Parts: sequence; structure tokens; C-alpha cells
Amino acid sequence: MTAPLLEVRNLDVSVRDKKGREFKIVDNISFDVQPGEVIALIGESGSGKTTISLACMGYTRPGCHIIGGTVQLGGTSVLDLDLPALQDLRGKDITYVAQSAAASFNGAMTIDAQVTEIPVITGTMTRDQALAKAARLYRDLELPEPESIGKRYPHQVSGGQLQRLMAAMAMISDPRLLILDEPTTALDVTTQIEVLYSFKKLIADNETAAIYVTHDLSLVAQVADHILVLKDGKMVEYGPTEQIIRNPQHDYTKALMAAAHLMPEEIHAPPALGAKEPPLLEVRNVTAGYGPAQDIIALRDINLTISAGETVGVIGESGSGKTTLGRLISGLMGAKQGGVYLDGKQLAPSVSQRSREELRQIQFAFQMADVALNPRQRLNKILGRPMMFYRGLSQSEATREVARLLERVDLPTNFAWRFPPELSGGQRQRVNLARALAAEPRLIICDEITSALDTIVAQQILDLLEDLQEELGVSYMFITHDIATVSKISERIAVMRHGRIVAQGPVNEVLTPPCHEYTQVLLNSVPEMRTDWLDEAVAERRRLVAALD
Amino acid sequence: MTDRARTWRGELREAVGDLTPGVALCLLFLIAVILVGAFAPWISPYDEAEILTNESFSSPNAEMWLGSDYLGRDVLSRLIYGVRITLFLALIITFLSFFAGVGLGFLAAAFGGRVDDWMSRLNDAMLSFPALMLALIVINSLGSSFVVLVFTIAFIDMTRVYRVARALAVNIMVMDYVEAAIVRGEGKGWIVWHEVLPNALTPLAAEFGIRFTYAILFISALSFLGLGVQPPQSDLGVMVKENMQAILYGEYTTLYPAFGIALIAISMNVLVDWLLQRSSAKLPDEI
Amino acid sequence: MSLTEILAKRLILGLLTMLFVSVLVFVGTEILPGDVAHAILGQAATPESVAHIRERLGLNEPLHVRYVVWLTNFLTGDFGTSLANGADIGTEVSRRLLNTVILAFCTALIAVPLSVLLGLWAAVRPGGLVDRIITATSLALISFPDFLVAVVLVTIFAVKLGWLPAIASIRPGYSLLDWIRVLILPVAGLTFTILAHMVRMTRSAVLNVLSSPAIEMAILKGVPRRRLLLRHALPNALGPIINVVALNLAYLVSGVVVIETLFNFPGLGRYMVEGVTNRDVPIVQTCAMIFCSFYVLLNITADILSILANPRVRYKK
Repeated sequence: MTAPLLEVRNLDVSVRDKKGREFKIVDNISFDVQPGEVIALIGESGSGKTTISLACMGYTRPGCHIIGGTVQLGGTSVLDLDLPALQDLRGKDITYVAQSAAASFNGAMTIDAQVTEIPVITGTMTRDQALAKAARLYRDLELPEPESIGKRYPHQVSGGQLQRLMAAMAMISDPRLLILDEPTTALDVTTQIEVLYSFKKLIADNETAAIYVTHDLSLVAQVADHILVLKDGKMVEYGPTEQIIRNPQHDYTKALMAAAHLMPEEIHAPPALGAKEPPLLEVRNVTAGYGPAQDIIALRDINLTISAGETVGVIGESGSGKTTLGRLISGLMGAKQGGVYLDGKQLAPSVSQRSREELRQIQFAFQMADVALNPRQRLNKILGRPMMFYRGLSQSEATREVARLLERVDLPTNFAWRFPPELSGGQRQRVNLARALAAEPRLIICDEITSALDTIVAQQILDLLEDLQEELGVSYMFITHDIATVSKISERIAVMRHGRIVAQGPVNEVLTPPCHEYTQVLLNSVPEMRTDWLDEAVAERRRLVAALD
Repeated sequence: MTDRARTWRGELREAVGDLTPGVALCLLFLIAVILVGAFAPWISPYDEAEILTNESFSSPNAEMWLGSDYLGRDVLSRLIYGVRITLFLALIITFLSFFAGVGLGFLAAAFGGRVDDWMSRLNDAMLSFPALMLALIVINSLGSSFVVLVFTIAFIDMTRVYRVARALAVNIMVMDYVEAAIVRGEGKGWIVWHEVLPNALTPLAAEFGIRFTYAILFISALSFLGLGVQPPQSDLGVMVKENMQAILYGEYTTLYPAFGIALIAISMNVLVDWLLQRSSAKLPDEI
Repeated sequence: MSLTEILAKRLILGLLTMLFVSVLVFVGTEILPGDVAHAILGQAATPESVAHIRERLGLNEPLHVRYVVWLTNFLTGDFGTSLANGADIGTEVSRRLLNTVILAFCTALIAVPLSVLLGLWAAVRPGGLVDRIITATSLALISFPDFLVAVVLVTIFAVKLGWLPAIASIRPGYSLLDWIRVLILPVAGLTFTILAHMVRMTRSAVLNVLSSPAIEMAILKGVPRRRLLLRHALPNALGPIINVVALNLAYLVSGVVVIETLFNFPGLGRYMVEGVTNRDVPIVQTCAMIFCSFYVLLNITADILSILANPRVRYKK
């Protein structure tokens, strides 16, 4: 075995809070990266994975300090270098691909100027050489118009393309080590596998060593040779990819595996046939749009029914109109044509025209619990207000009810006196759900409520949703971009694309071939836990997309 | 994360704990100045208008700690009364401008659409007027009196407060928690009071400090031009104007009120900066 | 919307603002209770003489007619005569305007580069010694009343040291050296009234840019410090900085009035204060219109320049 390219030993990073107290956020981390090898740092938010990868470049975010350990890159001790030496190292020997390319590109410079900047200013290439190499990389990354795309400004290209352009920027100096920090997280699922595929190819073709930072175990199985699982800044498990996937040792890794975005083994049985009662909610022939005359169409000819006690999944990518549909049903926007019916009775288009009783029956749960809960209100008020507003409870009755409600969503009752910022992300999402339940609704519209959560927490929220449904018989309209999640909990689903429902029905029918081409594209994007999945999936995807357009 | 419920008392204790010595000093100074202003008649050694000596600009002595002014009145007593008037006017002005500015700003943000468009357009037009010009025009027409001063400056300040309050409220109105209240069916009043206001309080407190300082400086400037507080009444600006010639005699009578204004304003600004900094992020230390 | 459309829209908006300002100036000076006829006659007003003056000044015409006449006269350079002494306002204004422009121009010439440099210097190492000194000093300076620094300067340089005149009167036939001697203190005083604000705002505009992910990316790319600041940060900070500069130059309108009064400088600002003190309506109207136009013009310029400095607007999708 040759000497490792990168050797990290006993790395400690701490952060100082406002009061000047030190917290360790990275605790005693050691790992190696062999030449040409990809190692994945896996963990949930707050696990320290980004901090570790930045420390490998000798960089810490404001407020953080490396307090111990060593980082050796091919014999150079990175942490002992002074700033000019570090500047020399960065961009040449170690390069970085950030999570959000849209924010990380400089809006005032052309893409070419940024991609070729380092080789040109350090004199390793002439401008023309650098441009030629950039164009070659653009082609390798399968970007459109590789000759001219670099002449544009960052805001003139799409997010998926920018992410690839950032990879080109990282690869232009032929780095010895490439750091990819959640490079596909901000992308749509179906774009994600294409970008991942081009990254994988690029790394393999150039035999570059890489650190791949992500929270998604199923994705990383496709690219990594070794996996390092992190939790709260500590190392949980470290080993070859096959071993971690096939035979995880630690409970936490097992939990991560269990919660990964995979298609469930079995999907819901079709709902009981012959619905005797009229549906709870019906959306009939709705067309709607934005703008003063609703002429920017966001929804076209939508028909959807939701019966009592069932979960209907609505799935689509960003811009498909799925959130707009949820907003329309809850009265945040009106329809241009068609209408929404509750128990067969048409609902007024806007919240202000609906009766309190109508409003109570349909509740909305927002995606981001941290912005959906007023940070300056105690949970007692957040949860108590809907009870008082809809059900006419007194303050003291509401306080008693809040305690019961908190128990129901598995939170301690003394949380009633806390403010949302004092809660963890998962706890906040439970409160978010509890607020919807506080109205005793018959339908809850859940808008991507698990997307912003770490996988394990997301799984817990899904379990909670199912328990509540069993207990209370409430219906859900579950809006998401994640077909794996939706197939776990829905009885029926509707697939949306460009403002239309392209397929709908019982989940097993819609998702079992032969199905609509677009549904297949979505299904095809769900990672599988085998290392040869990606190549097959990309080949399949290209065939499908060609057929679709 | 502790289990201790956060109360306003807890927050206050936390805030006091965060005070740096410099900020604490400024806070104490402001409190002292306000007390001096409030109890001026009991504190000041002489009456502000009493002519005690026929010597102009006499040097500080045992009877008159800061010397006399151009008419032979006690500078210290006049300073104490000057602080009283300056603070009194500035406080009324700032409260008025906040009452109107925040009210209208929140109103525009809550209703949005055409109401907001027209209100904001009108406000922008008012803002295209230099503040001093507006004041001069009004004073030209109506003459200068306390009432004219207070309402004119409060109006000018209101246009600035409106802009800040509206911007704050608009940013809060797009938050999901406000949308949650809207889908629930809450009225605009409830939303503004329970959702928007609590989240706008800290920046509004900072803005209050800024506007208060501005009001002090503005009144002083007008008084200095001879268009603000009219003799025999006097504030700190009038004192500077009246005693300008003292400088030529090498006496510093003029500087006391000028530095008085500056100290009050500095303390307020330090406090505001601290308030804003308590909730802001840091920057890379490498660049 | 194309760039030309945006600019055209902004210009039209500017014109409308000017019109609004003129209406406000006119209405503010004419309709409020201080009747011009009474103002002219003062104690000597009898019903007959008031009626006579009203007739002569056209005050019996309806308001909108008078406004149109007034605006047309103003635009053609006919500013009328002073109520107090009957002197032609136009001659007086042209002489004083030049003085004020010289004063303001000298101030801008010193204050703008100085404050942008200080702001940048402070922002480059936030929390460092230079930053702390600049931040603390500018915080103190913004708290000073406009006249304080000037009063202190006069105390030191005119009274104690006797190097410079405390009064900035201008006589015909002044040589360049005389001009400089006279201008140093007012320009210094005026510079301080706008400097601190400009430094603070420049600093925070630059800091804002420096804390963006794009700059973190450039650091991680190993871009050297100099280049990081000049090539990556500055182009993005340019728009905000231009805005800061224009905003503060507009503030000169207020500063000029105070400083001219303090130094007895024969400029437009003091002319206006005298006008207000004597309730000389035509003088107030003329000066207010000139000052306000300058203010509006600067704001439009700032808007347009910062639109031009934004690549997102310059290069549309």
C-alpha cells in the first residue's frame, strides 16, 4: 500500500459562542485518502462534515478554530502553512465544489473568467490554454454549447449547469484532491443523477482523489470507495463502502440505512374499492396562474379527489405546480377556472370568504418548520391559538389541550413554555404538525414537510403521520418531490409536471410498469443501494427523457 | 438548551449580562441625563434666565462652576435647562413619529397591493425632499414655535420611520408563520399585533435610538440657525448660537452645550450599535 | 424590461419627482397663513395697501394659475425680486450659487475619496485595530451636531493659533491663495459632517459583499488577497458604494446651510436662512427649488449608476 495522499489525524475544531465559551464541533477525527480514491463523509446537519472538509484546506469558517490534530497532504503539513502558502495550495492541489453554485459564483465576472482564473494568474497556463481546457471540461461534463457557455454570466445559466461549471472550475488545475460539499443537494432529483454521473466520470477519468460530503447514504454508495460516518462531530464508523452498506456495525449507521431514500420493499395496497361516501375534498377542472390576470399559468385542468382517512401523494419537481395546488386548496390563491369542493359543496376561492368551520377542516403544514413557527411566540400560544380561534376554547382550556397535544406528537409537556428557536429541527416539525392538528381538521396539506429534515428524523415524522391517521382518521395531501417517501405513506398518488397531472391513481398502479414515461423518469432517479446502479440509471434516464420530449 | 422558560425578565437579565463596560457606561450616562432633565428645577443652582453678573463670559468660579454667558447668566443652570428642553422635544418628536410611522408602515405592509403602492409612492416623494428644506419652508410660512417644531420634525421623521417599519413588516409578512396565520383566517389586526410586531421589536428599538439622536441633532441645528427654539426659551443649540462670540474671547462657554449634544448622541449610538450587533454574524478573519 | 426601458422609467420618475417638489415648495410657501402681502407690509398693513399689493403681485389669481406662472418664470430664470429690499434675486443667486458650488465641490473632492478609502480599509480586516479605530471615531463623529467640528476647528485654528480666518467672507478680487485660506475651515467642517456617515456605510456595504459565499469560494480557490479585494469584492460592492456616496453628497444640502451660516459665508445656504428669517418668500422659493433639484438629481444619478453597476441587469438572460 502506497503512502496516503491525505492523512488527517486527531482533528479537533471548536467554535466560540457569543459568550466566549468554546464548543467542540469536530472531535478527534482521523482518516486517510489514498491517491485516486473517493472517501465520503456522511452525517446529518451539525455532524461537522463540512467543517472537516474545509479544515483539510486549512480553512475555518468565522468563529471556528482548529485546536488540535494534523492534516498532511503528500508530506506537507497543511495546518502549519502560512496564508500565502495556503493560497498556493488551494485552487491547485486541493479544490472545492460548494453546495450552492448559484451563490458561490461571482455575479460580476463571466464564468470563463472564474474557471480559468487560478491557472492564468499563477502562470501555469496561458489564457488560451486555460480556455481550451475549460471548453474540454465543459464537454466532458456534457454541458450545452461548451464553446460559448463560459462567456455567460452566472445568472444566465441554470442551477444544474452551474453546479457542473463549478466542477470544471475545480478540475482545471488537475488537483490532487477534490472536495465536493453536498454538490447535488440543491438540485431536482432527476437532474441530480445526471450531475452525480458526470462528477463520477470526471473523478474516474482523471484519477483524482476526492472527499465527498453528503447526508445521503444511498447517493454516496455510487461514488465512494470508503465511507466515514459522523455524528455530532465524532466518528461513528469508518470502512470500505461495501462493508458499510452490506454489514453496518453501529446502530446509527443502521438507522441511516433504514431511513435512506430508497423505494420501500412493499407499497400500499390499493384503497378499498367502491367508495360509497362522496369524497372529502374534490378539485374539479382547475386552471390557475399568477400575475394580475392569472395569465402565467401554473395549473392546468387539475382534477383530484381526496377521501376521508386516506393519504394522497402529490409528486413533482420544482416548478411542477404541486405547491401551487396546495395553496389553492387552502385558499391562499384563487382559481381561474374550476373549483374546490368540500363534502360536495364549493369553497370560496379566498380565505377571507370562507367560513371558520370550512377553514378549520383543511389545515396546512409548511415545509420549513423554522420559518413556519413564529420565533417570538411560545408553543402554548402557537398551539393554543387555533384551538381558541376555531373551537372557542378559553385560554385555560387551551393550555390543558396543548399539553395533551404535545404528548400526542411525542414532545414533553413542559415544552409549552418554550420558544421555537429552543427546539431541534425535528421537534419543530412536530410542533408544526401539532399546530395543524390543534384545529381538529379532516384534511392536512403537508407541503414537503420532511424534505428539510435529516433522513432519520424525517422517517420519525412519517411514522408519526401514520400513527395520527390511524388514531384520528385524518386525511393527508402529501406534497413532495421525493417519490420514495411518497410511496411509503400514500394510498393514492398524483404525478405532476409543468402544471398538469400526468398520472394518478392507486399507488401500486401508478408506480408499477407500464406507467407514464415521466413517472418512470422519477422512479428511475431513486437511488438503489448497489454500486453499479448509477450507470444503468443514467442510460435508462436518457432513453426515457428522449421519449418524453 | 435549558428547561428554564424564557421570560422578559430572563431576557432582560441576559441582555444586562451581555453589556460591555463601555455600553454600560453610555446607558448610565443616558439615564443620568434624563434624570437631570426631569429634575432640572431642583438640580440647577440658579434660574436659567436670572442675570447674576454684569460680566459677560466670566471664567468658571466657585459661584458659577461653568462661568457666565453673554448676558451674565449661569452657564451650568442654562445647560441643565437646555438639556431638559432638548430631551423633552426630542422625545415627543420621536414618539409622535414612531406612532405615525410604524402605524402607517405596518398598515401598508399588512394591506399590500394598491394601498401599499400609493402610500409608499407618496412617502418616497416626501423623501425626495431634503429634510432641512422641508423644515425651512414650513418655518418660513408658520414661524417657529414648539408646536411647529415638534410637528414638522415629527412629520419629517415619520417618513423615515415609515420606510423602515414598512420594510421590516414586509419582510416578516412573507414568512411562513404569517402565511400560517392567514390560512387560519386571522384578521389583519391580529396578524400585525401578534405575528409582526414581536419580531420587529428589536430593530424598531434600534431605529428609535437612531431617530431620537437625529431629532436632537436636527433641533439643535435649527436652533443654531436661529430658526428653532426661540429666546427667551433656550435649548442646547440656541446656547451655542448665543455664545459663538465667546470663542473669540478664548472662553469655552460655546463648547459645553455642543459637547453635551454630542455626548448624548454618542451614548445613544453606542447603545444602538450594541443592540444591533447582538444579533449579527461575523466575517472570515482571513481577508 | 430592457436596460434602456429601466433607465427611461427612472428618468421619467425623476422628472415627476421634480414636479412634485416644485408643487410642494410653491404650496408650502404660498398657501400657508403667512400671507405675502402682510409679510411685505408688516405693521404698516392697511386693508387698502394690502389689496393694492395683492393686485400688483397677482395674488388674486387662483392658485393653479399662479403656480404655472411661477414655475414658468423659474424655469426661464426669472426668480423675481426680494420682498425685503426689492433687489433682483437672479443676480444675487448667480453670485452666491457659484460660491456654494465651489464650497461643496471642494468638500466632495476631499470627502469622497477619503471616506471610501477609510471605509475599505476598515472593512478589509473587520475587528482589527484599524477597523476599531475607524469605527469608533466615525460613531462619535456621526453623533456630533453639524456645527460642532467647525466650532472646534475655529477655536483651534482661528482663535488659538490665529492661522486662518474665523469668518469666511469673500471679496471681489480675491486671489487663489486668499480663496484657499478662506475655504479651508468651512470645507474641513463640512467634510466632517458627511465623512463619518460615508465611512460607516461604505464599510458595511463592503463587509456585506465580503461575507458572501462567492467570496468564501474565492478564498478556497486560493485567490490572493489583493486580487480577492479588487477583482472579486470591489465590482460587487461598487453599486452599494456609489449609492452611499450619492446619498451623502445629497446630505451636503443640509450641511452647507449650517456651515455657511456659521462662517458667514456668502453662499446660497445663508441666503436661504436669511430669507426664512425675514420671511422673504421669493428668496426661500428660489433657494429651496435649487437645493431640492440638486438633491433629486443626485438621487437619480445614484439610482442609475447602481443599476448600471449590477451585472444582473446589464446582461439579461
